[in-house]
Amino acid sequence: MIPGPFSYHRPATVADAVKLLSTLGDEARPLAGGHSLVPMMKLRLATPEHLVDLHGIDGLKGIRRDGNRIVIGAMTTQAELLASDDIAKSLPILQEAALLIADPQVRYMGTIGGNVANGDPGNDMPALMMTLGAHYRLEGPGGGRDIAATEFYQGAYFTALEPGEILTAISVALPAAGHGYAYEKLKRKIGDYATAAAAVVLTMAGGKVVSCAIGLTNLHETPLLATDAAKAVIGTSLDAATLKKAAAAAEAIMSPAADARGPVEYRKHVGGIMVTRALQRAASRAK
Amino acid sequence: MNDLTPTREQRTAALEGMGCKRKRVEDARFTQGKGNYVDDLKLPGMLHGDFVRSPHAHARVKSINSEEALKVPGVLAVITAETLKTVNLAWMPTLAGDVQMVLADGKVLFQNQEVAFVVATDRYAADDGINKVVVEYEPLPVVIDPFKAMDKDAPVLREDLAGKTSGAHGPRKHHNHIFEWTVGDKDLTDAAFRKADVTIKEMISYHRTHPSPLETCQCVCSFDKIRGELSIWGTFQAPHVIRTVVALIAKIPEQKIHVISPDVGGGFGNKVGAYPGYICAAVASIVTGKPVKWVEDRIENLTATSFARDYHMTTEIAATKDGKVTGLRVHVLADHGAFDACADPSKWPAGFFNIVTGSYDFPTAHLSVDGIYTNKAPGGVAYRCSFRVTEAAYCIERGMDILAQKLGMDPAELRLKNFIRKEQFPYHSALGWEYDSGDYHTAMKKMMETVDYAGLRKEQAAQRAAFKRGETREIMGLGVSFFTEIVGAGPSKNCDILGIAMFDSCEIRLHPTGAGIARVGTKSTGQGHETTWAQIIATEIGIPADNIMVEEGNTDTAPYGLGTYGSRSTPVAGAAIAMASRKIKAKAQMIAAYKLEVHEDDLEWDIDGFRVKGLPEKTMSMKDICWAAYNSVPPGMEPGLEAVSYYDPPNMTYPFGAYICVMNIDVDTGVYKIRRFYALDDCGTRINPMIIEGQVHGGLTEAFAIAMGQEIRYDPEGNVVTGSFMDFFMPTAVETPHWETDFTVTPSPHHPIGAKGVGESPNVGGVPAFSNAVNDAFSFLGSTHIQMPHDYWRNWKAAKSLGVFAA
Amino acid sequence: MAKTHVTMKVNGAEVEGLVEPRTLLVHFIRENLLLTGTHIGCETTHCGACTVDLDGMSVKSCTVFAVQAEGSEITTIEGVANADGSLSALQEGFRMMHGLQCGFCTPGMILRAQRLLQENPRPSEEEIRMGISGNICRCTGYQNIVKAIQYAADKINGVEFKEAAE
Repeated sequence: MIPGPFSYHRPATVADAVKLLSTLGDEARPLAGGHSLVPMMKLRLATPEHLVDLHGIDGLKGIRRDGNRIVIGAMTTQAELLASDDIAKSLPILQEAALLIADPQVRYMGTIGGNVANGDPGNDMPALMMTLGAHYRLEGPGGGRDIAATEFYQGAYFTALEPGEILTAISVALPAAGHGYAYEKLKRKIGDYATAAAAVVLTMAGGKVVSCAIGLTNLHETPLLATDAAKAVIGTSLDAATLKKAAAAAEAIMSPAADARGPVEYRKHVGGIMVTRALQRAASRAK
Repeated sequence: MNDLTPTREQRTAALEGMGCKRKRVEDARFTQGKGNYVDDLKLPGMLHGDFVRSPHAHARVKSINSEEALKVPGVLAVITAETLKTVNLAWMPTLAGDVQMVLADGKVLFQNQEVAFVVATDRYAADDGINKVVVEYEPLPVVIDPFKAMDKDAPVLREDLAGKTSGAHGPRKHHNHIFEWTVGDKDLTDAAFRKADVTIKEMISYHRTHPSPLETCQCVCSFDKIRGELSIWGTFQAPHVIRTVVALIAKIPEQKIHVISPDVGGGFGNKVGAYPGYICAAVASIVTGKPVKWVEDRIENLTATSFARDYHMTTEIAATKDGKVTGLRVHVLADHGAFDACADPSKWPAGFFNIVTGSYDFPTAHLSVDGIYTNKAPGGVAYRCSFRVTEAAYCIERGMDILAQKLGMDPAELRLKNFIRKEQFPYHSALGWEYDSGDYHTAMKKMMETVDYAGLRKEQAAQRAAFKRGETREIMGLGVSFFTEIVGAGPSKNCDILGIAMFDSCEIRLHPTGAGIARVGTKSTGQGHETTWAQIIATEIGIPADNIMVEEGNTDTAPYGLGTYGSRSTPVAGAAIAMASRKIKAKAQMIAAYKLEVHEDDLEWDIDGFRVKGLPEKTMSMKDICWAAYNSVPPGMEPGLEAVSYYDPPNMTYPFGAYICVMNIDVDTGVYKIRRFYALDDCGTRINPMIIEGQVHGGLTEAFAIAMGQEIRYDPEGNVVTGSFMDFFMPTAVETPHWETDFTVTPSPHHPIGAKGVGESPNVGGVPAFSNAVNDAFSFLGSTHIQMPHDYWRNWKAAKSLGVFAA
Repeated sequence: MAKTHVTMKVNGAEVEGLVEPRTLLVHFIRENLLLTGTHIGCETTHCGACTVDLDGMSVKSCTVFAVQAEGSEITTIEGVANADGSLSALQEGFRMMHGLQCGFCTPGMILRAQRLLQENPRPSEEEIRMGISGNICRCTGYQNIVKAIQYAADKINGVEFKEAAE
């Protein structure tokens, strides 16, 4: 359980990091919190020759308001997210989800950028970002670009990041005042990935759902946006029949792997239940 | 007497003897990071060894090429079976009478089997080296399912045993068969079943799991060529046994082998066995002339060193229609993996599984066990239990619940009806044990009253009715378990390891100032022996526990002992400590009589010294006797005050307990919630209630983990799918329930201080309590038995198969 | 592989050393600084035996490279006792409440609990259990560890500790 040898780089600017990554090519990996990458390196399932540590780049840190958007620097840790009053006020679902990630030690080191950029289907933030309609800022050798979270994930550990590009910030439009939200995650124990998890953000008026987005974690090789399920609840008061319909629509797009968390059938079934419970809890919070 | 004279209570309290919640002396170093564990040891010039392991569960090894590995900076040697053959160590004997490959000799038989040992200047270079060793394999068909191992056309696993029709435990009936072990009266038992009003039959599996102490197995071996001496520091629960094994297989004179177990970070049975890492590190040190360290990583620990259980128990009970048991018949298919490396006393291929009649008065019983080989890691250690006792307790406690269900009786009532009665002790069981003491009815009734058992059953009935009306999706289960353990291996008449009787030992030396040192043949791996052993001595000889230093684990200084496992430390070594103390006390009495100028018989013991009968003012304290022992002993007596005792117990001890688990299960997700867990333990005389409570908490937590998800699982190709702490269920403080503990005290009549041992009871009793709770929850839906582990998805699967999702 | 020079402050003392970039912080602490109180239990970032305090964060030092800790301030178990050498409130709590058995998880547990109490001086039982959920103990079943932390919290807060009834 010892990583292979590598050279260590600690650039001070995004431009330097991009330059390093594009020059060093496939043999280089950016290092954020490292709590996905380092264990992989210790197992020698990842053997990068160069690590480009992003901790020295001040520009990647911090949470700020930009008009009606919240912009979160990629190197913001889960612990910082949990401590932020801004996030508590405007994006409380992020805190609800962050508290369910790994354990306290990992949350001190784990970053939101690493969580969304790694492409690990077990990570919680990607589905959440899709649900919130977030955009990612990518910087690369050819300059910067924005991409919707919904466009970012292409396969397990396979994303829209081009060689040399790094994800520098996440931008989320403030959800409507009075929105309801919930992140329901079933896991075997602290430190485990989700057996199934669902994120819901919705608005209600007169007891009926006005808008709704549903995201799914670890139920496919990429995070999923359950659009049919979300459509099914619009205009309803989330009665039993609607919830059943929404769960079925969500289950229809799930294709989890069978693993120690359970067989496919079980993971899909509880995926549907997570959707149901997240919808109910979100609705109870909506004003 | 004046006001400054301490009262008898004060004098007793000052000793911190038995029954006192003495704070642990170990904690000063452990809380300050000053423990001394194996990996903390750093010797000049020390090298590191690490294994190349097999990715295949069964394959022929075509070639091993070390050329590139030897080019890695820092790599000094690559040891293979061919190297080991030159010193006749390619194979090693196991504790169970089998042999085991140290390094792959021609083939591999389980995933992560040791193939080559890379020796390098540090652990980084060693890891680089193992990644450069090229091994060519030819995969062979694998046997993972124990029920298919003895199929006619099953692949031959142990080619080295070709033509051997019998093994260490008698005839072999198939090429993948190890032994058959039978106990009890078959004819009588068969007759009981023929005559029975009611019978049950169920295949009850106890899955494969792993003890997984937080510190893995590790060692440092250092061979001094000039002196011809081998020093081994290791994570050993039984250091003396390791010394003898090394002497026997490495042909080094035993006095030139120094085995030291320093602080050990948990054992739970994992650290009883001898592993290839120890042999390879020793050989590497002999070859290189330098100290060599081997430290297993967690994945290696879970996948290669000593699993536990994998017992598949076809259980039958015969009974009358009013619920009196009349016969027990059990057949076990025991999956031992690739080598039979069980750590049982040598004559016991299935350990003490014949305790399977449990706490009940079975007039007759018959047991047979078939041990078999599969392409899984070897082991079969007693993971926090006496040898195969947790398997036996699970078997009978599940069986009794199944019988209760069939009879329509309450499981607690059925148990009360069949308990061995207090006046029947010492009790001879149908499978050959003599239970020393017990008062089961009192314990059971105390448990039922404390938790309001009747009230819980009412609540459950209401919950079930609500579930049937569709008002809730939660079901409620009560898991009752009443276990009898058999610990304290053991009497030389039936217990030995490699021919060495399973006694234990203590040597006490008292110093002139009223202090002393006690050396004991056991080895604490967290049980707090340094604290509790001194408490026994304090009570026995009246020297404050604080003045007694306890030392274990160094084979050069400690008297020979068989080590710590199977809850044997208190029953065996605890007795040796008391007996050594009593030898000292007898000499002390002679010295006191001489000094007080009275006859010995005129003295009586009083807390911390002797007093003259009828003259309470005329006393001599043990402290003063210690001084006198070094300057004015009676004429003809040797000076000094020390004693050694080797204690061969006359019998095992039989701790017992009444446990109950109250659990709710959400049928939609299979998620369970432990609402309450109450554990009443009777371990006889209680030496340190604080430590007993801690042992019970820990054992219950391990039982919880095992019953509810902790599993070493293989896929059909023989890959371990639960080989790290991500997938191997290791509960944190969040999942772990709150524990309630209680006790009764029924001393052992044959033990010098009446103590029985406790460390493993909570695991033995806890597993059936959890499993019975799950099964009890589902029983009203029509199920009789659901296999462990009861993790979420399996609970859901059970619910589904019982039709709770019918539209 | 070329070695890199690192400096950091460990338990209040400036230390330095030459490490490979891949040298894990836990190995630097144990092998270079010979502070062996920090343990290695699982190597996959689950067990927390290697927990140290790094710049005000509890981190698992088996998953951080020593080079990443350049310039940082680290506390290990060897730096936890009071200045006069007496046991800290947490160390005392673990001893008084029997919060340890084999002692292997204890250093990581204490380091984690220390940070937890700094961030939340009056945690509930649930907060304590969540707070130490990155640390595995195989011996105690956690119940007495929870009590040990409650004992320490009360001591630090100047409140008399009352053991909760079972």
